[in-house]
Amino acid sequence: MADTETHPKHSWWGRLQQAVSRTREQFVERVDDVLRGRKEIAPELFAQLEAALLGADLGVETTTEVLGRLRERCDRHELTDPAALRGALRQELAALLRSTPNHQPTIGEAGKPHVVFLVGVNGTGKTTTIAKLAHRWQSEGRRVILCAADTFRAAAGEQLEIWADRLNAELLRQEPGADPAAVVFDAVSAARARGADAVLVDTAGRLHTKSNLMAELEKMKRTAGKLVPGAPQEILLVLDATTGQNGLAQARQFTQSVGVTGIVLTKLDGTAKGGIVIAIARTLGLPIRYLGVGEQLDDLLDFDPEAYVASLFE
Amino acid sequence: MFEALTEKLQRTFKSLRGEGKLSEEHVNQALSQIRLALLEGDVHFKVVQQLTENIRGRALGQEVLLSLSPDQQVLKIVRDELVGLLGGRVAPLQFSKKPPTLIFLTGLQGSGKTTTTGKLGKWLAKSGHRPVGVSTDVRRPAAREQLAQIARAVGLPVVEKASDDPLELLKAARREAELLAYDVVLVDTQGRLHIDDELMGELEAMKKAFQPVETLFVADAMTGQDAVKSAGTFHERLGLTGVILTKMDGDARGGAALSIRWVTGRPIKFIGTGEKYDALEPFHPDRIVSRILGMGDVLSLIEKAEETVDRAQAEELEEKLRRAEFTLEDFRDQLRQLKKMGPLEQVLEMIPGVAPEVRGQPVNEGRLVQLEAIINSMTPKERRRPDILDGRRRKRIARGSGTTVQEVNQLLRQFAEMRRMMKAMKGGQGDALRKLAARFGGRTKLPM
Repeated sequence: MADTETHPKHSWWGRLQQAVSRTREQFVERVDDVLRGRKEIAPELFAQLEAALLGADLGVETTTEVLGRLRERCDRHELTDPAALRGALRQELAALLRSTPNHQPTIGEAGKPHVVFLVGVNGTGKTTTIAKLAHRWQSEGRRVILCAADTFRAAAGEQLEIWADRLNAELLRQEPGADPAAVVFDAVSAARARGADAVLVDTAGRLHTKSNLMAELEKMKRTAGKLVPGAPQEILLVLDATTGQNGLAQARQFTQSVGVTGIVLTKLDGTAKGGIVIAIARTLGLPIRYLGVGEQLDDLLDFDPEAYVASLFE
Repeated sequence: MFEALTEKLQRTFKSLRGEGKLSEEHVNQALSQIRLALLEGDVHFKVVQQLTENIRGRALGQEVLLSLSPDQQVLKIVRDELVGLLGGRVAPLQFSKKPPTLIFLTGLQGSGKTTTTGKLGKWLAKSGHRPVGVSTDVRRPAAREQLAQIARAVGLPVVEKASDDPLELLKAARREAELLAYDVVLVDTQGRLHIDDELMGELEAMKKAFQPVETLFVADAMTGQDAVKSAGTFHERLGLTGVILTKMDGDARGGAALSIRWVTGRPIKFIGTGEKYDALEPFHPDRIVSRILGMGDVLSLIEKAEETVDRAQAEELEEKLRRAEFTLEDFRDQLRQLKKMGPLEQVLEMIPGVAPEVRGQPVNEGRLVQLEAIINSMTPKERRRPDILDGRRRKRIARGSGTTVQEVNQLLRQFAEMRRMMKAMKGGQGDALRKLAARFGGRTKLPM
C-alpha cells in the first residue's frame, strides 16, 4: 500500500456523507422519484418505497413492518402529504436503530487490559478493522497489543504482522495451526505483564454454521476470561455491507455462541447499503459500533444511528 | 422463522381440490409466497419482479393435471423458470487452442479469490492440466504470501517476482508458462470495489494486454441486493466469461446466483463448498434452485446417497426387510453409510422438509460413533439375535464400548423400534436413510 496511510482529516460527518453518498443517491433518488410531484399518497407509492427498502437489503420482514406502520398512519389520516412520508420513514428507521442498548463499553471501564475479539464469517475485513481500531486507540495514547489468533488461514499472521509493523504495535503470534486459545492466552498475559491498555484479537473467519469452529471461539473467550475477569469486554461482529439476508443468521448464531456486543459494518464505500443492520437491530437489538468506509487506516467511523439515517436522506 | 415454501404452497392450494384449472386467485396467492421466498433468498427485487411475471403467465389457466398436485405443478413451473434463467446446463471452463490459457479471477475484497485460485489449481491438475499461479495483488498486506502458502499446500507452482506492477508480474508468469509448458495460468487479482475507477482501469489494461480466455467474477454466496451492481459493473468494464460462487457451505440461500446471472448473462461455473482445497464443484443450476427457494437440495441428496450407498448392499437390505431379518449388523452398516455421506449437518441441509431452525444446527455425530461402538462390542451372535442380551452381556458391552448400560438399553430400544418401522415401510433405500437421519439427527421434523 502507498505511504499515505492516513489522509487529511475531514470532518467525520463529511466522510460519512462521502461514504454513503452513492447509497444515498440511489436510495434517496428512488424515494424522491416516488415523492416528487404527488399530492396524494397512492398505493403505488408504497410499492415503490417497498422496492427501495428491499433494494437496501432491509429484508422482507423489516420492510413490511416499517411500511405497515406508515400505512396505518396514512389510514388514520396522520399522514396525508407524500412529502411528510419521507420524514416519517426516516423516523421509523432511526427508531429501529435507536432501540438498541446505548451503552458502549470503553477502554479501562471494566478491567485492564480491555480485550476485544473481532469475529465474523470469512472475508468481511476483520484484520483490516483490527489495524484501524489499533490506529485509532494508539492515536488516543493507548498502548495496544495485537493478537494473531487466526492460525488457520494462509498468511493471516503475516498480514497482521505487516500491519503491526506499520503501526509500530506489539504482535503476539504462533505457528500456523497453533491453538488459537493459546495465542489469546499469550497475548492477554503479555498485555497484563506490560500494562497494555487493550488487546485486539484477530480471529479466523468462520461460517456461523460450523459448530466446531464456534466452539473454538467459545474456548478462546473462556481463556481470556480466566486471565482477566470480564474479558473479552467486547466481541465485535464484523459484517460486510454487501451481505444480504444471511447477515441476520450470522448475527444470531455468533450472538448465541459467544455473545456479540456490537457490529462493525465494513466496505460501506461501495454501493452496498448494509440495510441488514437495521433488521439486526430490530430483531436482535445489537448496536452498530463502527463503520468501515475505505482502505486507509482512519477510514473507521463511529456509528451514530441518527447521522446514519440522516445521511441516507439528506 | 421462514417456513419452507413447499408447505406454504401446499396450504395455498388445499382448497383447490376438485377445480379444473388453476384460478387467478390461487395463482396470485402462490405468487406472493414465491415472491417472499425469492426475496428472502437474496434475489434482486427486479429479478424477482420479472420472474414472478413469467411464472404468472405460465401458471394462469393451466389445466390441473392428474399426475401432479397443484402445488407441485406450480413448483415445477417455478423451478423450470429459475433453472431456465440460470442457463440449465453445467458450463465448463474454456481453454485456449494455443496454450497457455489465461484465467483471471476478479471480484470484490474478501470474496475468496485467493482461496479459489488454489482450489482451481488443484481441480485443474486433477483434470490433467498443468496450471501455474500468479498473484497480481500488490496492495493487500501478505496477499502474495497467502497465495504462495495455499499453492504449496495444493502443489500448485507459482510465479513470484519482485515487482509491484501487475503487468510485469503477468508477463513473467506467461513467460514461465511458455518456458516450462504450463498450459493454464491462474491469475489471482487484487480485490477491488466496482466503483474504484482507477483499479477497474488497471484490470481493463491487464485484460487488454493479456487477453485471458476466462475472466471469472468470484462472488460471495452471502451477497445481497448489491450483487447486481458489482457484477454488472465488472461485466460492463471487463466482459466477464463466468462466475464462481464461494462460501456455499454456509446457510445462505444464494439468490445472488440469479441476480448475477440476470445482470451479466454469464454462467456460474463453480461453487466453493468448504475450507478444504478440494471443496470446489462444478455448478449445477437445477440444484441451487431448490436451495434458493428454501426447498432443500433434493437432487444433490439423491446423488450423494447413490454415490455412497452400495447398490448390492442396498438390494440385500431390501430383501432382508421383506423377510424381516434386519439385524444389528445391518443397522451398523446403515450407520456407516450415513456417515459416509458426509457431515450430517450437510446431509440434513439437503433434505426437503427439514425445519429451517434445524438446518445448520449442530448434529450430534458423537452419538453415531457411540452407537457403532456399542454394536462393535457385541459378539456376532448377539448382533444377529439381540434377544439373548441379558443383564450380564449388556454390562460387558457397556464396558467394552465405554458407554453405560442405559445407553446400551437405549440403543436396543431404538433398534427394536426401527425394526418395527422398517417392517411397516414399503419404501426403498432413500427412505430408510431419511428416517435414519431423522432418528439420529434428533431434532428433525420430516413430513412423513
